[in-house]
Amino acid sequence: MAFLTYCQCYTAVHQHNTEPLNGWRKGIAATTNQEPNIRLAMFLKDYIVDIFRATKSLLTGMKRTGYYFVHPKEIITEQYPDNRDTLVMADRFRGEVIMPHDENREHACTGCTACELACPNATIKIVTKFDITPEGKKKKALDTFVYHLELCTMCGLCVEACPTDAIKMGQKFEHSVYDRSMLTKKLNLPGSKIREGIE
Amino acid sequence: MFSLQGITNSIQTWLVRNFTGTWVLVIECAIVMLLAITLFAVLGLVLVWMERKVAAHMQIRLGPNRVGPMGIFQTSADTLKLILKEGLTPDGADKLLFNLAPFVVMIVAMLLLAPIAFARGFQVWDINIGVLYITAISSLSVIGILMAGWASNNKYSLLGAMRSGAQIVSYELSAGLSILTIVVLTGSLQIGDIINAQQNGWWLFKGHIPVVIAFVIFMIAATAETNRAPFDLAEAESELTAGFHTEYSGMKFALFFLAEYINIFIVCAIGATLFLGGWMPLHIGSWEGFNHVMDYIPSSVWFFVKTFLLIFLMMWFRWTFPRLRVDQLLSLEWKYLLPISLFNLLLATVVAIFEWHF
Repeated sequence: MAFLTYCQCYTAVHQHNTEPLNGWRKGIAATTNQEPNIRLAMFLKDYIVDIFRATKSLLTGMKRTGYYFVHPKEIITEQYPDNRDTLVMADRFRGEVIMPHDENREHACTGCTACELACPNATIKIVTKFDITPEGKKKKALDTFVYHLELCTMCGLCVEACPTDAIKMGQKFEHSVYDRSMLTKKLNLPGSKIREGIE
Repeated sequence: MFSLQGITNSIQTWLVRNFTGTWVLVIECAIVMLLAITLFAVLGLVLVWMERKVAAHMQIRLGPNRVGPMGIFQTSADTLKLILKEGLTPDGADKLLFNLAPFVVMIVAMLLLAPIAFARGFQVWDINIGVLYITAISSLSVIGILMAGWASNNKYSLLGAMRSGAQIVSYELSAGLSILTIVVLTGSLQIGDIINAQQNGWWLFKGHIPVVIAFVIFMIAATAETNRAPFDLAEAESELTAGFHTEYSGMKFALFFLAEYINIFIVCAIGATLFLGGWMPLHIGSWEGFNHVMDYIPSSVWFFVKTFLLIFLMMWFRWTFPRLRVDQLLSLEWKYLLPISLFNLLLATVVAIFEWHF
């Protein structure tokens, strides 16, 4: 009985297929209605074309790796400990936070603590003091810029937050030390002061 | 001229002069065992280093270059590390099978060494059904892998082992059929006869299209049988951590690792013997001078150069192609390689009957 139902369904679907309105179904019907030997020829053609395309794509891949194999000059590895003298880091490489000083030991930090606020994990601690200006006024200034390298994730948010471009990311990356306390650094040089004209 | 045959003959005569019949046999067996183990150790070190170097250069890297010049002692250092490590056996594992499996895999690889001719007259056992012996023994290695996978009591291991089983059983067929092509052309199953039939040219050159097709199919099937990428579904680091040897550590892991490379060597040696003339030098028709120069190169050098060329080809495959899916793997074998190699065998038979080969 189930078989009969299946046959009826099949016939119904088959008749449905021949309706001119169903475009894609008509397409299927057209291919299945072909002569069996034509279908076999189509299958064989597809089969052989498949093999040729597969072989071609595999050979293309092998050509590329083979090219790299016989061209050692293409190698992109840096011979790091051997080429320390000539090593050039990328411009945007972020190794550590540094505070550039000019020839008069002057920096551009006003002690505004924008970087300290911007830092996501309390890497920076700014200690401020009050300078007396020539006019006799008190003015906030930087005393110590404490930088905890061991906490820093090199995200660069402090550099973006700085209004006077006093700090930037340095290129040094060899930070290994034997004692953790050596990673806590003072970025402003001793005896340095803020450059004239920076507010 | 350097020849391994001369050395073996002089050892043989010296032994015969100094010992009785049985002792000669025992001592010769001991020498063969020693040589086989030495070859395995050296091959393991050299092939792993070669693989790492080839892989690195194909990926625009340099590879190991710190331990010794060009990093040639890197693999020795790694082996030392593996020897010093503890060989753990998991609590839930089947202890006997777990510890037996690496040795089964290794012994199968060792058995396969017997009929391979390394040089003119330098062969452990020139059995008259050499090719049959090779195909029969090489399918045993799957037992060791299944043992390892099942005994580990680990899903990854079991999956890897089952995949390996399906893979080796199916690719055995097309490998066997492509080997049969050469057997049909030569008319002999003996390795010595097959090499001697290539005196005037290697089968790859004088066998026309059927042998070229058989060679390609053999290389694909050989890559699959040794469980190497792109057919490394049994290990599949990214899916099964390490497949059947996930639970192995220390020297037992090293044995699996070594067996993989030994199998590559053996499969490539068989390929070189059947299709590239084994230790037979390259001869071109009637160029007497050229042929004479080629004869001057020792036969062992010819054998190893050809084998290592094929090994390089397999490494080239590994570092170029992505891994297949299980269904793709099986459809490649059953829908493409098997029908093609069956048809190809028929073609080769026609060529052999009408003697169209050179």
